[in-house]
Amino acid sequence: MPTIKFTQDHEWIRVEGDTGIVGITDFAQEELGDLVYVELPEIGKHFSQGTEVAVIESVKAAADLKAPVSGAVTEVNASLTEEPGKVNADPMGAGWFYKIKITAASELDALLDETAYAAFVKK
Amino acid sequence: MSSSDSPGSPTLAHTPLHRLHVELGAKMVPFAGYAMPVNYPSGILKEHVQTRTHAGLFDVSHMGQIHVGGSAAARALESLMPMDISNLQVDRQRYGLLTNQVGGILDDLMITRTADHFCLVVNASRKAEDFAYLRQHLLPACTVEQRTDLALLALQGPEAAKVMARLAPAATRLNFMMSVSTAMVGVQCLITRSGYTGEDGFEISAPNSHAETLARALLEQPEVAPIGLGARDSLRLEAGLCLYGHDIDLNTTPVEANLTWALAKSRQDGFPGAAVISEQMKNGASRRRVGIRPQGPLPLREGSVLLNEAQTTIGKITSGGFGASVDGPIAMGYVETAWTTLGAQLHATVRGKSIPCQIVKLPFIQHRYFRN
Repeated sequence: MPTIKFTQDHEWIRVEGDTGIVGITDFAQEELGDLVYVELPEIGKHFSQGTEVAVIESVKAAADLKAPVSGAVTEVNASLTEEPGKVNADPMGAGWFYKIKITAASELDALLDETAYAAFVKK
Repeated sequence: MSSSDSPGSPTLAHTPLHRLHVELGAKMVPFAGYAMPVNYPSGILKEHVQTRTHAGLFDVSHMGQIHVGGSAAARALESLMPMDISNLQVDRQRYGLLTNQVGGILDDLMITRTADHFCLVVNASRKAEDFAYLRQHLLPACTVEQRTDLALLALQGPEAAKVMARLAPAATRLNFMMSVSTAMVGVQCLITRSGYTGEDGFEISAPNSHAETLARALLEQPEVAPIGLGARDSLRLEAGLCLYGHDIDLNTTPVEANLTWALAKSRQDGFPGAAVISEQMKNGASRRRVGIRPQGPLPLREGSVLLNEAQTTIGKITSGGFGASVDGPIAMGYVETAWTTLGAQLHATVRGKSIPCQIVKLPFIQHRYFRN
């Protein structure tokens, strides 16, 4: 059963075994507005938790995606380069950014669960 | 995800349409001391396209409306602007600039002549300074009134005239940059045929007390949707129009800003900064505002530095973003005159990456002003 965790930077990570699928939340896409540019990470590259993995530009501003946990990128959603609007349309589904092979599963423990994230966003 | 976009929230003023914006689900942001709608639920891209294909309603009540009257008003205003105001006919509108002693731009504005006074529409971010400045220089020869009792709505887009034909038919007889005082859904308004999008459209000045009635009547029309400041910015950028505080300011002259078309040939002196501006008119300026098309999908933002092949800095982006109608990134900026040739190849550096870009003609889209 996959678990989903959230960061205070408004990203989500869906964990299946030792792989995590990462994207931004509905709140994040709403705040950013329509995305017009997505820069995805290189497959195979390793990122430490909290470092910049991907860059996005919306009609309003640039923002970066930080690795929610440490790990190596195994797959990217290359379709976002052509259709960044997918992130706005379906942030938790077709708008996923990349998959990461998790190297330190314990880092997941400190992330927010769905209830805690919902409360965090309400503040 | 983290973003540099984090507006603070001191006490913000509200326009007369605040309640309506909230009711329509707008995302409200601080702008020039006001809570303003940056976009409605449909989002900036859709609002941009709506305005280019149908019609959009903008609340621009945050802008300053200043009325200048008195028999000496035209000459007095000419002492502050490199424009010919005396030859502006009644019911005609013109784009104008307030200049300072070194030829910099204090503000850009629209000026309309009515039967008994001049109506100035100035930038929200400059209205307090403008009002004080105009009073300082024009009193007591003229009357100078800040009309905080008036709201301003803009209806823009190819279907704007169709809408006005139903609600204020007299306005449809106007050409671009003309005005009429007329009733609209029972409210007396001053309507001009102008705007800030490059499209045909109207700006409607009306009492605050009736602004919501007018806005609701406009939104009831099938062609019209509400448009926020986000799309207002991308629309004006595509139209090649300057945003004060970004593309023009105290440190840019009208010649550098490529606004010489707005200067009156008859006015060589008798306004602040005349010596600098006349000299630049004759010999050119060392830099000029140009249109810039980045190659590829990455938008260039304000502040990005422009380099030539030798990696020498030769300019800077002053407005940049995504042009929904040209379907790609667009920008404006200042570059050294030697590099302003159409087609000149430059590049910008974004996050360590070199982004090639080209000098292109402004506007990015064809203006569709109504001239019968």
